Amino acid sequence: MNLWRKLACAVLAGVLCASAAANWLAPAGYARQYREAANAPPSRAHWLGTDEIGRDRFARVLYGTRISLLLAPAAALLSTLMAALIGGLAGYLGGLWARMATAVTDLFLSLPWLFLLITARALMPLNVSPLFSVTVTFLLLGLLGWTTAARVLCATAGSLRSADFVRQARAAGVSGQRLFWIHVLPNLRPVLYAQFWISIPVFILSEANLGILGLGVAEPLPSWGSLLKELEGLVSVGDEPWKFVPLILLVAVVMSFQFLLSGQDQVTA
Amino acid sequence: MLRARIAGHALALVATVLLGGFLSATLVRLAPGFDADERQLDPHLNAESLQALRTARQHDHNVWRFYFTYMNRAVHGDLGTSLALGQPVRTLLGDRAPLTLRLLTVGLALAWLAALSLALTAAWLRLSAYDAVTTMVSGAFLCIPAAVLALLSVLWNVPGSLAIALIVFPPTYRYTRNLLAKSYSQPYIITARAKGLGEARILFWHAVPAVAPQLLAVAGVSVSMAIGATIPVEALCGLAGVGQLAWQAALARDLPLLVNITILVTVVTLLANCGADVIGHMVRGQES
Repeated sequence: MNLWRKLACAVLAGVLCASAAANWLAPAGYARQYREAANAPPSRAHWLGTDEIGRDRFARVLYGTRISLLLAPAAALLSTLMAALIGGLAGYLGGLWARMATAVTDLFLSLPWLFLLITARALMPLNVSPLFSVTVTFLLLGLLGWTTAARVLCATAGSLRSADFVRQARAAGVSGQRLFWIHVLPNLRPVLYAQFWISIPVFILSEANLGILGLGVAEPLPSWGSLLKELEGLVSVGDEPWKFVPLILLVAVVMSFQFLLSGQDQVTA
Repeated sequence: MLRARIAGHALALVATVLLGGFLSATLVRLAPGFDADERQLDPHLNAESLQALRTARQHDHNVWRFYFTYMNRAVHGDLGTSLALGQPVRTLLGDRAPLTLRLLTVGLALAWLAALSLALTAAWLRLSAYDAVTTMVSGAFLCIPAAVLALLSVLWNVPGSLAIALIVFPPTYRYTRNLLAKSYSQPYIITARAKGLGEARILFWHAVPAVAPQLLAVAGVSVSMAIGATIPVEALCGLAGVGQLAWQAALARDLPLLVNITILVTVVTLLANCGADVIGHMVRGQES
């Protein structure tokens, strides 16, 4: 493990620990409004100041980080499982199944991601609870984000189908489900891991985009997207630099995932 | 061979539009509030008029009938009326498309100019420090959400097309750089160098033509990325284009408008990818 990957691990571990300890670090919670100190600059009481309705920004950053870092991997897991089911199975079965899976993934891939997301998000009712909105946002990311991974898995499973060890297993009388579960799937594991890790930063960035556009997690629940929406009201960068903390945190986390992925590439290669 | 390829793409395009149209019509039909008609709240209407309004909408209840009506209208250029803006979708798209087209053209041109210049220089110089810096810069841009880049462009008063360029540049640069690096590791490049060919000749005569078809494929994908970037850029920079229209439609849950925009965008993306594939095929044909 090189120095950059160690640093990336340390950043991710630090951010995860801080967000996990949000209840202790910011016991007042993310929704409490200090009406007498609205729009306050950083102070001892509020390390990153308060927002326009007096909520402690430090607490919101911690809780928002927890939501983004918990649910992005959950969405990544869902999309990877869907990709394994659709792409892996179709690639293993080959023929018409593989062609159908390729056609469906091509159809999804031809739709720009953000257009697809906002269309699906617009179908949801307007007056949803914050918890429902956060679930729906990440569920949509998971349900719509499987296509690229499915394409990769379909191709990999297709190549495994004609691999020597699969042929040998087939010649020895192994077939059907046993061949898939015992011989093909374990060999897809490195690709599945890689796709899972690749999806996490993609979903974090997508949630941030949706949040800034007002189509993400509903208030008062914080997420990186809703926290970054505050940048909309800035007049200049130097005025309130503490508002950039969520952005710095997001960039640091996504960059850390990138450094870790560069190591994953070497593993899967 | 080329004709078969074009026919295949045309078939895929038609199938996508038909399937996309069906999904869109189903979404519009099943969306909450489809049956609602504001006129039913009008106290001036008597029971017979209200019944007439309900009867008029009854034929829309069957999804298949609704789909055929929808597609029939679409074929004749009638894309329906926006629920939120109360204007024909076709007019709205016609008014806003030129701005989006201009943004996309300038943004893509800037992104490709930056990506190609940096990637070609990296391939030519082969300096690890230069490569590390450019990779780091493009990597940093990859970690910033597109909407934040749009917000920063407003903050620093730079044109929206530059924001689109900054969103498209990082992946384009990385693909181009990787393709060129792969091309440089091929035996024919080592042979060319051993024969004493200059770096410029190796780059433009051997390395770039070898990756031209793949670069064209990346060009097709970059169009899709740029179209996706129009939503945050136009919405947050206050530019009245198709991206902003899609965002407004999503906020207002104006599904007829939103699904029509999505189908239009899909067709444009497919055409760009098909064009890139066909040109790439022609380039490969000329090379062989």
